[in-house]
Amino acid sequence: MKPQPFTYHAPQSRPELFALLGALEDARCIAGGQSLMPMMNLRLAAPAHLVDLNGIADLAGIRVENDRLVIGAMTRQRAAEHSALVAETCPLLTKALDHVGFQQTRNRGTVGGSVAHMDPTAEIVTACCALDADVVLEGPDGERRMPISAFNTGYLSTSIAPGEILSRLEIPLWPAGHGSAFLEVTRRGESFSVVSVAALVALDAEGAIARAALAVGGLGPAPFRLHAADASAGRPADDDFIAALGAEAAMLPADGDFSASDDYKQHLAGVLTRRAMRAALLAAGARHD
Amino acid sequence: MTAHAKVRSDAPSAGLGRSEARLEHGPLVRGKGRFIDDISLPGQLHATFLRSPVAHGRITRIDITAAAALEGVRAVLLYDDLRPLLTAPRVPVSMPSGAIRFDVDPFVLSRDEVCHVGEPIALVLADSRHVAEDALGLIELDIDPLPPVVDPRAGLAEGAPRARLDCPDNLVARTTAAYGDIDAAFAGAPVVLAEEFHLSKGGGHSIETRGVVAAWDEAARRLTVWDSTQMPHRAKRVLARALDLGEHEVRVIAPDVGGGFGPKFVFHPEELAIAAAAMLTGLPVKWIEDRFENFFSTVQERDQFWTVEVAAGADGRLRGIRGVLIHDHGAYSPYGMALPYNSATNLIGPYVLPAYRLDISLCLTNLMPSTPTRGAGRPQGTFVMERLLDRLAERLGLTRDEIRQRNLIRPDQLPYPTGLFTRDGGEMTYDSGNYPESQRRALAESGWHDFEPRRAAARREGGLIGIGLANYVEGSGRGPFESGAVSIGPSGQIVVTTGACAQGQGTVTMLAQLAGAALGTPAEKVRVIAGDTAASPLGLGAFASRQAVTAGNAVHLAAEQVRAKILRVASAWLNAAPDELELDDGVVRVASDRERSCPVSRIAEALAGSPGFSLPLGVEPGLSAAVDFQPPGLTYCNGTHVAEVEVDAETGVVRVARYVVVHDCGRLIHPRMVDGQVIGGVVHGLSSTLYEWMRYDDEGQPLTCTYADYLLSTADVTPRIEIHHMESPTPLNPLGVKGAGESGTIAASAVIASAIEDALSPFGVKLRDLPLTAARLSALVRAAGGAA
Repeated sequence: MKPQPFTYHAPQSRPELFALLGALEDARCIAGGQSLMPMMNLRLAAPAHLVDLNGIADLAGIRVENDRLVIGAMTRQRAAEHSALVAETCPLLTKALDHVGFQQTRNRGTVGGSVAHMDPTAEIVTACCALDADVVLEGPDGERRMPISAFNTGYLSTSIAPGEILSRLEIPLWPAGHGSAFLEVTRRGESFSVVSVAALVALDAEGAIARAALAVGGLGPAPFRLHAADASAGRPADDDFIAALGAEAAMLPADGDFSASDDYKQHLAGVLTRRAMRAALLAAGARHD
Repeated sequence: MTAHAKVRSDAPSAGLGRSEARLEHGPLVRGKGRFIDDISLPGQLHATFLRSPVAHGRITRIDITAAAALEGVRAVLLYDDLRPLLTAPRVPVSMPSGAIRFDVDPFVLSRDEVCHVGEPIALVLADSRHVAEDALGLIELDIDPLPPVVDPRAGLAEGAPRARLDCPDNLVARTTAAYGDIDAAFAGAPVVLAEEFHLSKGGGHSIETRGVVAAWDEAARRLTVWDSTQMPHRAKRVLARALDLGEHEVRVIAPDVGGGFGPKFVFHPEELAIAAAAMLTGLPVKWIEDRFENFFSTVQERDQFWTVEVAAGADGRLRGIRGVLIHDHGAYSPYGMALPYNSATNLIGPYVLPAYRLDISLCLTNLMPSTPTRGAGRPQGTFVMERLLDRLAERLGLTRDEIRQRNLIRPDQLPYPTGLFTRDGGEMTYDSGNYPESQRRALAESGWHDFEPRRAAARREGGLIGIGLANYVEGSGRGPFESGAVSIGPSGQIVVTTGACAQGQGTVTMLAQLAGAALGTPAEKVRVIAGDTAASPLGLGAFASRQAVTAGNAVHLAAEQVRAKILRVASAWLNAAPDELELDDGVVRVASDRERSCPVSRIAEALAGSPGFSLPLGVEPGLSAAVDFQPPGLTYCNGTHVAEVEVDAETGVVRVARYVVVHDCGRLIHPRMVDGQVIGGVVHGLSSTLYEWMRYDDEGQPLTCTYADYLLSTADVTPRIEIHHMESPTPLNPLGVKGAGESGTIAASAVIASAIEDALSPFGVKLRDLPLTAARLSALVRAAGGAA
């Protein structure tokens, strides 16, 4: 479990960083290293160059700007988890962060690193999918952005182009009083999720659905959004709504593996979807019938 | 000597029942332990192994040219390079067993046929581990694949491929555990039930992997091997025999060992390969198994397939159990057939079973050799018996506690010969205990009889809870002997040496406490040397929950002999009868006149002798005694576990809410350390029951080689484990103690299965297979039509 030889670079400025990324063949960026280093130690990844992002200023930090929660890519997961600003403006993300890895890995792991790694079980990605987050990429020629739904290009693959880094996430805020829930099933307590569900809901003055969003992670390379949630404005917040969501989730395509079959994953998607939306509705103040 | 002395009534002075002593705890907790990787020798080379990428095949070509040419690589060694140093082609590890049909010892490195993924083929020696691993990628290896045997049931079928071309078939052993008239037991029995169980047991998974550091001193002709092993003395014997060395030329030292749990009992080919490489190169060689290769280079415990029938009377009393056990043996035989035989014998448990017949077949497979891990096959036997009792209770409309109560062996039936024999040929006889009281106490402590209101309350909240019950026995303290010597030199230092081996279980503290008690000295002042073949000529080591029984009694008896010698000399010097004397922290005093005293060190000085002067009183030289304690047979500890679980029927997720253990290992030496052993054992058992599962694909490729895929129990899923001790002293050793190292694991699977099945009773789900993963439970519930 020793990595293949590689050259380590620690750029201290953006120009230095992008010059390196432009010049080096076979380079990988390293943020918190909680996924990449184990892969390198197992020789599943063997980049010739490792470019450390920890020396670049302004890549970490959490702020609210124009009704968007902006989280710098190098923000430690633990910092985001404990951020009062995140808890206040985007409680769903706080709930999701509580499930990411282990406390020890969250101390070092970064929010952007998790999104850039795009593990199919990544809780942050599932939450961001429900939240319609934008991913901001930065390269030598400036920035470009895309919705997270367009970011994934397959298992552990993203739209980050050679020479680019993931710079920050921008999350549109939901109105005050919205409800959210993040639920997952793991194979053992604190460990990788099998299926995770992020649910958001806002109610109108009559108690009907004003807006809802629900993402299911763990079934394929990237989370799925439920149409029944996206198209729910004006629906009553009732059991039929929850049942419709659950039915759709249980029909999503799932890639099973030897520890969780596709039908188990689909089943969990349905169960967790119903539970998560029920909890989100409760948090939004829906009447409990 | 074999001792059958009565249990002492003055337990405290024998060092029993006190939990104050802490010897190894502090250094281990503070990171001051000295483990195998902490040992570095000047000029040492770092080793790593090229391992078979396929489960079965024949090596057709190995080209090491590029690897050997890599800068920093000192040597790339193959079987033919090491063979000239060896007395035989194979590593002489097999344990005696008449039922084993074939010689299936492993080779030091693969000779031509590879029989499991991970089998070591080549050994790279380099200036660093990094370079050694780089070199692995440069070795060119061609293997002609052969069909693998992965499922032992298929391996025993007609026309199955052979797992090893040097064996005519895969049935490496067949044996029977039987007594009584089994046909009569079933003929006309009012109740007969049949069941099938597929049990997968988790592995050892010590936090410290294996590792070896070896140095050869050509001038002194001495091989020194530091080995992370449970069995340094046996390692020395294997090394001496394989490398054609005298006993005086080999020293094996087990430094601090970061957990054994069974796999470090086994002598693995790497231990010989590293020693041979050190001899061949003349340079010290270090090999540290990494966490990844541990999954395919260290022995495991795995699959058993049981097909059994039970016959009982209408009152629920057992008449007989018969059936067939097919056991996955793996590719080699480093541990004989103890594992399935323990499963077979432990099935009986604390119950009256008038007749029994289990036909056991061991199938060679192209998987890691399968050998005991904590519990050593017993949890599986207990699981089968306890499941059958639950089934019988259901069939007969009895409660689960009542059916057990009706079948438990009563105290007045002890000593109770079961009718079976242990693997050393002794009759399997339960020596002491009170099994009905154990169950009664567990039911009382756990609130078993008040459970239904709790269940109803949980149901009103939408929760499904269940409770389970299981009883077990465990044969502990396996012989043939263990060594213990106590000596005091002119410095006054008390030194205990033993062939027992410390693995973090508290052996050092336990032995120091016993010696200190006999000699009137605080345990912390006693120095214990364990795990060094230079310190003790004879020894066995850590296995079979044995060291308190064997080494504990050896040290106790040796310390008593030293005490007697001290008092004999002091009696003459102080002019007082021995029973008027007190031994108090290195000083002998006359009880009635404490000014009359003499230091023990002066007695040791006198007994060390002065040139030409006589020893006092004509006593034998030296203030020391050595005892090799031979237990007359296994001593059986026992206990009862009750667990409460909460099951999410929709997801299959189980939460163990409560875990109560009633535990009887005879007299307790250091109760808190016993608690630690029981807690660790239960956690190991829960881990095996709910999470651990070594998976292979149809080609014999291991699928779970990281702790993200292979799950171990963690603190966040572990309940508080409540332990209640009973103390039924055994008459089989002077201290009256029994083993405690494995007992916690033995009932865990049985009790959790019983509790989950109880929680899921609205669905009528039946649990037959281990592990009980959430995915499996959810599938069972859905198949039963529930929680759609």
